[in-house]
Amino acid sequence: MKYFDVIIVGGGHAGIEAASVASRMGCSTAIVTMDKNAIGRMSCNPAIGGSAKGHLVHEIDALGGEMGLIADRSGIQFRTLNKSKGPAVWAGRSQNDRKLYSIEALKVVEKINNLEIIEDSIIDAIEEDKKINGVKLKSGSEIACKALIVCSGTFLNGLMHTGLKSTKGGRFGEAPAVGLTESLIKMGFVSGRLKTGTPPRLKKESINWDILEEQPGDVPPLPFSLRTNKNEFPVLPQLSCYITYTDKSVHKILEKGFDQSPMFTGLIEGVGPRYCPSIEDKIVRFADKERHQLFLEPEGLDSDQIYINGFSTSLPAEIQFEALRKIKGLESVEMVRPGYAVEYDYFPPYQIDLTLETKLIEGLYFAGQINGTSGYEEAAGQGIIAGINAALKIQKRKEFVLKRHEAYIGVLIDDLVGKSTNEPYRMFTSRAEHRLLIRQDNADRRLMKYGYEFGLIPKDLYNELKENEILILKTKELVSNVKIKPERVNPILSKFGTQEIANSETIDKLAKRPEVSLLELIKQIDENEYPLVKAIKINPKVIEQVEIETKYEGYIKRQEELIARMEKLEKLTIPINFNYLNLKTISAEGKEKLNKIRPRSVGQASRISGVTPADISVLLVYLKN
Amino acid sequence: MLLTQNEDTIVALATPAGVGAISVIRVSGPLSFSAADKIFAGKIKIADSASHTIHYGKIYDSRGELIDDVLVSVFKAPNSYTGEDSIEISTHGSQLIVQKIIRVLIENGVRLAEPGEFTKRAFLNGRLDLAQAEAVADVINSRTEASLKGARNQLNGLLSQKIEALREMLINSSSLIELELDFAEENIEFVSLNEVKKNIESIIGEIDRLLESYSFGKVIKDGVNVALVGVPNVGKSSLLNYILKESRAIVSEIPGTTRDIIREEVSIDGILFKLYDTAGIRLTEDIIEKEGVYRSRDAVRNSDIVIFINDAVNGFSLELFNELLELTSENRIIKIANKIDLKPDVNFSNDVKVSAKTGEGMDLLFKKLKIKALGTESYSEKTAIVTNLRHYNALLKAKEFLLNAVESINSKMTGEFIAVDLRNAESSLGEIIGKVTTDDILNNIFAKFCIGK
Repeated sequence: MKYFDVIIVGGGHAGIEAASVASRMGCSTAIVTMDKNAIGRMSCNPAIGGSAKGHLVHEIDALGGEMGLIADRSGIQFRTLNKSKGPAVWAGRSQNDRKLYSIEALKVVEKINNLEIIEDSIIDAIEEDKKINGVKLKSGSEIACKALIVCSGTFLNGLMHTGLKSTKGGRFGEAPAVGLTESLIKMGFVSGRLKTGTPPRLKKESINWDILEEQPGDVPPLPFSLRTNKNEFPVLPQLSCYITYTDKSVHKILEKGFDQSPMFTGLIEGVGPRYCPSIEDKIVRFADKERHQLFLEPEGLDSDQIYINGFSTSLPAEIQFEALRKIKGLESVEMVRPGYAVEYDYFPPYQIDLTLETKLIEGLYFAGQINGTSGYEEAAGQGIIAGINAALKIQKRKEFVLKRHEAYIGVLIDDLVGKSTNEPYRMFTSRAEHRLLIRQDNADRRLMKYGYEFGLIPKDLYNELKENEILILKTKELVSNVKIKPERVNPILSKFGTQEIANSETIDKLAKRPEVSLLELIKQIDENEYPLVKAIKINPKVIEQVEIETKYEGYIKRQEELIARMEKLEKLTIPINFNYLNLKTISAEGKEKLNKIRPRSVGQASRISGVTPADISVLLVYLKN
Repeated sequence: MLLTQNEDTIVALATPAGVGAISVIRVSGPLSFSAADKIFAGKIKIADSASHTIHYGKIYDSRGELIDDVLVSVFKAPNSYTGEDSIEISTHGSQLIVQKIIRVLIENGVRLAEPGEFTKRAFLNGRLDLAQAEAVADVINSRTEASLKGARNQLNGLLSQKIEALREMLINSSSLIELELDFAEENIEFVSLNEVKKNIESIIGEIDRLLESYSFGKVIKDGVNVALVGVPNVGKSSLLNYILKESRAIVSEIPGTTRDIIREEVSIDGILFKLYDTAGIRLTEDIIEKEGVYRSRDAVRNSDIVIFINDAVNGFSLELFNELLELTSENRIIKIANKIDLKPDVNFSNDVKVSAKTGEGMDLLFKKLKIKALGTESYSEKTAIVTNLRHYNALLKAKEFLLNAVESINSKMTGEFIAVDLRNAESSLGEIIGKVTTDDILNNIFAKFCIGK
């Protein structure tokens, strides 16, 4: 029988990361996918990143993952969102050529030595004594393994809906995965149903572009990955997106189809995301809104299709078409294919641990939509953690768990396990209580050490980071010690439109003023007296980091204050075999949830929905006794 | 281990130790009924009786000797104070009887309760939240009716409700800010930061009111010191006597620490006033009266309110008034023109015109005392008040964070910075009622705003 250390089910965004890290960490690895050319296929939006999701991409990159690299190579527009706000919420977003993204993803996977692609479908997982030891394929053969990572996306018993018509499948034109859910249920797992949707695709030349509002990319565009060669970036020509709006007449047409909506007629049982609602959902829930914004996004450089972001729907195709034609710029639009909703199985994530290994079966990992998340980036973030942990376990090394204060990935997994979502989970910056600390710009400073430790980050890149760290420390010391005289700095202060000074002042004090640039201040230091200045001036990364930490010091301190309060509870661990059922005094719901999730710390317990503050107080009293 | 502790049945005297008409012994835990049945002989067994019923019977000791005739109140779990099976035994007020009954209960498997253990059990059983549990201590220690009402209000969750309302307002503001951050590409009609600022400022206003209430919350709990000052023969004693007669004197004439100063405690509208009569002592330096003068000055310095009494006939004692101003601030002084029965048209400035002889104007004086004591006239039993230092400090902290947030808005900082302080403020408020979560903000966003993409 064939054997692999790690088998990955599915070649989507979670599967790619899991496969890449597991194989590069030295495990013989196989991806089982129905179609090799579907590896890295973008099922929905031809875009990577966005608010909070951009953070995830940078974190995956710092750990040594692939998503940022693939996005950089296939990107046809790059923008930094929230640029008018502070650096903590800046977020990279790229439009990608859908076809090229998939091609680049396949290239990545094919390049890795001990990674094999098997075109098949897994119908059964085999365990012995609660330990995974192989899989059974649809083609009839069996493969042995030590770890199985399930990244099945929307394919487990996938069912697509357009109007009252439904078709079995995980994605347009692709068959569902049948058998694996049942196999997992037999092992004792509990499954649920979720729903997500995608908008119609439009014919490019049927759109009246001249009357639409253009949204070009940033100049110059910024790549996601630290490993992308800046001199050869962007690789592809850059395109714009366009903006249009629905109006009342559009809403009226859509309403006509409500009696044939699989959502409203109860045909779809799965719970959909509140924050990425279908257009029909938006009309019903926000009845007083007269219009909704829509983005027309290119599907690719030579694609004749346009993705209409914001118009996700599962209404009958005729209704979709009629409504589209009422939208400004789309008066004579042609619809290449209608939007649809897809329903799929997921496994409520209380069943996994923070390593993404299931609590029930050793060696079995879940990553991506199977855990109830939505979005490529959320999936990829889990994929990399599952892959790393599978490899670590096989190599008998210590598990790898990112803390909430370290990374959005940490927040994501802690939320999943602790809150066990029952609707698709999407990342937001507001989910991270450490928002000011875990930024895109410092993802490398937070996480690259781990990537390097696991052999996923090249040595030269890591050395550069370490050198920068030293320079950052020295720069901080310098700016807090060196004072500049008024006559030297006042011209600059007045140039920035801020108050001049009467007495000499340290650089860090002046740099705290929002309008003032640190680089300009550093330029005022005498290089002969402080030779370090030369090295600082040519290192924008160091200046950026010192500037952010200086300017926002007060806020960062106050954020840390809040965190410190919570930290106390994080440090209080709960014995793994703690008997919650004996606690008569905890609410019934709290008891059930605690028993199900088995939190590792009181902090984790306190974040579980349904566990009340009173329950936590009681738990504290018990633990102290 | 606490687990086994909770299996225990506990007993304690619930009324103050000492001689009273009756004493109440409280028992709580699984053995409450069976232990009672072993020592109590009544018409029916305690174990068989319905919850919230009272039974007459006799209690015997282990040798079968009668201890006392008693009433036993039965409370079945979970409908008791502690949430457990419990009984209350009312006995005749005698230390000996109480001790004997407790001893015989202990002989039957019950143990003595630790201080606060009944309340702790109530808390652990989810019968009380943290703020309510704290209020229990206040109820037990309250000395006047208002203080009791204040504590009871807290026990009923009045403060908790108020804090929860403020927290909700804060979450609304946070939601608006988070919305803008997380849905950067949406065409969301974002409420201006000015609006958010207004909202925050109104929350600060509410917090200020609660903070102010701490001073009168404390007054209600601890009482307020009042010094009566005046030159000889302005009618101080008659005024004092009138106050004592009209109000409910709690303790009549506690001997002063010196022969010169008399302290009386009275309750006016439920507020405890401690009156210090400086007994005609003038404040001027006089060698013979030096010691007394020293004490009087001290009394004035330590008083929250000074009633400065003047004779309507003889006019305003400016010299003494000026000396008072050296010892206390003017807003603490109530200037009184006494003896208006003799001279109704007073020709000097005053706060209240009274006649201690006829009682005219005394109502107004009482009202002024109350306002000075509480800083407000609007206090009622329904006002949420802060009487607990922990709550006060948390509110103070919340206010500080909110002021930071306003400062951030003023200095044009963007949402994520404002959010830091709003979250801190929310967490401070949450600490009072025991709630801290980031999910509330996100849930609120989803409930109230339209989001796509």
